[in-house]
Amino acid sequence: MFGLDKKDTSLLILVAILTMLAPFILNPFPATSGLAQFNAGYPDLMQRFVIFGIFAIGFNILFGLTGYLSFGHAAFIGVGSYAAMWMFKLVGMNVLPALALSMVMSGLFAVVIGYISLRRSGIYFSILTLAFAMMSYALAYSVLATDMDGPDQQGLLQKGLTGGETGLQLTLQDPRVFGQQATADGNLPVPSLFGLEMRSSTDVTFGDWVFTFSTGYYFCAIVMLIAFYLSIRIFRSPFGMMLRAIKSNQQRINYTGLNAKPYMLAAFVISGVYAGLAGGLMAAMDPLAGPERMFWTASGEVVLMTILGGVGTLIGPVLGAGLIKYMENILSKINSDILHTWFAFLPDGLEDFVVGMIYPFIGKGWHLTLGLIFMAVVIFLPGGLVEAGQRISRIFKGRKAPEGAKKSSTEPAE
Amino acid sequence: MDAIILQVLNGLDKGSAYALIALGLTLIFGTLGVVNFAHGALFMIGAFCAVTLSRILTLSHQVIDETRTDFLGNPLKVDVPYVYDIFGQAAGDTIIDWAVPLSILFAIPVMILIGVVMERGLIKHFYNRPHADQILVTFGLAIVLQEIIKYYYGANPIPTPAPEAFTGSFDFGALIGMEANNIIYPYWRLVYFGFAAIVIGAVFAFLQFTTFGMVVRAGMADRDTVGLLGINIDRRFTIMFGIAAAVAGLAGVMYTPINSPNYHMGMDFLVLSFVVVVVGGMGSLPGAVLAGFMLGILESFASMREVINIIPGINQIIIYLVAIIILLTRPRGLMGRKGVMED
Repeated sequence: MFGLDKKDTSLLILVAILTMLAPFILNPFPATSGLAQFNAGYPDLMQRFVIFGIFAIGFNILFGLTGYLSFGHAAFIGVGSYAAMWMFKLVGMNVLPALALSMVMSGLFAVVIGYISLRRSGIYFSILTLAFAMMSYALAYSVLATDMDGPDQQGLLQKGLTGGETGLQLTLQDPRVFGQQATADGNLPVPSLFGLEMRSSTDVTFGDWVFTFSTGYYFCAIVMLIAFYLSIRIFRSPFGMMLRAIKSNQQRINYTGLNAKPYMLAAFVISGVYAGLAGGLMAAMDPLAGPERMFWTASGEVVLMTILGGVGTLIGPVLGAGLIKYMENILSKINSDILHTWFAFLPDGLEDFVVGMIYPFIGKGWHLTLGLIFMAVVIFLPGGLVEAGQRISRIFKGRKAPEGAKKSSTEPAE
Repeated sequence: MDAIILQVLNGLDKGSAYALIALGLTLIFGTLGVVNFAHGALFMIGAFCAVTLSRILTLSHQVIDETRTDFLGNPLKVDVPYVYDIFGQAAGDTIIDWAVPLSILFAIPVMILIGVVMERGLIKHFYNRPHADQILVTFGLAIVLQEIIKYYYGANPIPTPAPEAFTGSFDFGALIGMEANNIIYPYWRLVYFGFAAIVIGAVFAFLQFTTFGMVVRAGMADRDTVGLLGINIDRRFTIMFGIAAAVAGLAGVMYTPINSPNYHMGMDFLVLSFVVVVVGGMGSLPGAVLAGFMLGILESFASMREVINIIPGINQIIIYLVAIIILLTRPRGLMGRKGVMED
């Protein structure tokens, strides 16, 4: 189906089912129970799952296939967000033109950055991309945030192209040539798809369970499925093979008379466009764009997601993105009171001790957990979650499996 | 002329910090071939060594002062640092005042220990893994170290003043026979520069004039052959890692009066230090030092008002711009050698 072989088709269908049923799957606990805080089925978080999934899928096309570790991919997220915001401000609140512009703009940026950065490889490439991303951050934070044309009539460029520290926001004075400047009751219009508002959602109550179906989430999920499908096609195409060949031995490619450069640049631009799309979706879900999205720790985060899920695997980046965003939300919500209620069954002294031991790793300290998990994955499990899954399934299947598992679709590119 | 001298001086303190961190990075890279993303965290830990020592020195116990009373008429309780009990009040005050310079003595063993533990415990296992893995694991380590510090010291900057004698500024212009009151320069920044120069000189002298340094240099050139000669080069490289950590830590200790330490100061410096290393040429020690001072001074020139009025915000991006231009025109950096990190 869709030009995929049987295995890839079933993977795609599995991902499609999981994303479409996510509001159910991620809400396993009744709203009234104490475990409800582990529910991840609210629109804001689910949107982040799929948006960062897109980002990580794109990053994986570069890092997983070619082995070039970019430490500046967040720059494209920022570019995408700003481009989408300007489309919302100038043209109208329809998300499609906004996403189109964010992909085009991030693609252009990727061509320039990629053309320069790809002249070097290895650690130099990482540092060049890092330098570009930090430069974009500084540009967005201060340089482009100064008034450019003097106070123009609508005050559009009053805070420059990027709005600086506070970020770029919608205002009632924005022209929005093909849309309304304000809603009937004088509020800011919200991003929509031909009248279908991204923010709208329906609650379905089922006994104690409350499931929220959000338009924005389903829109993002469909975009992610398309992105995922395209990435499978790229992985299986001759182009994908070429990228793998570059990863395993670039010198040999050169000796056979092929120029690796255009392939590398194409991979870089594709992953940049994916990141731009993710950035555009972020702006579409929450019309706001700030420079902090471009900070280099944001670039580190996507590296982390890809590694955690499994570099060079199809499904890995999506899993990694989901897991990290889930932990970020859930772990950072737990505070010491909640811990005390959990361990209330222990004797007092022991309870305080256990809570004291766990406390540094949750709440505001969840970054510590993240760092530790990340280190553990890099040290013990370079193939990430996917490799872990394969190892476990190998144990269950006995000794027959390894032969087949090696050829499976999730094998990391050499 | 005044303005130029002032900007050069202003660039020196940041340039010193860049140079020291880049020197450590290059030492680690040159000896072990590892790209250490946790080096910024070592700088930050150094700064927190100073914070820790000044906290230890001001540890105090309450004593009832019979001569004074509070507003209710009860005898006043006063905090008396333990240092007073040991050295007496006058000497105790001096010691507390000099906490930052004293932290150098405290930081050197601590940082060497951290460096050695880090190398033996973690980085040792990554010699044969791809550079991407080394970057990733040290990046993870940097996050962990940063979060540990944040947990114990909080997220806010902790002011750590310089000794009384070095606070304030002096008239550098009058000192070199120019018009007075044009070049005012804080004492501590000059101290910082002098300190950086001494540390850099000491590292170079250590490598150049001692047998240990000679072996290390030989190991940097050809590790296998040195190993075949029956020298335990691994152990020496471990010690060099400790020394590199100590250099970064010392840079952090002395930087505390200039910028109050907070948990993410290491990350802030790390990115720029990498740029410095790359501009100077990967694996070249003089290149790292030269590029550090050069970029520091360049940054300070770019933040002059006259320049900012022409190109707003240029001071934020100048270093990256220069790095990109240099890498494109001289791909090996200013003083990079052929064959280092060419793969």
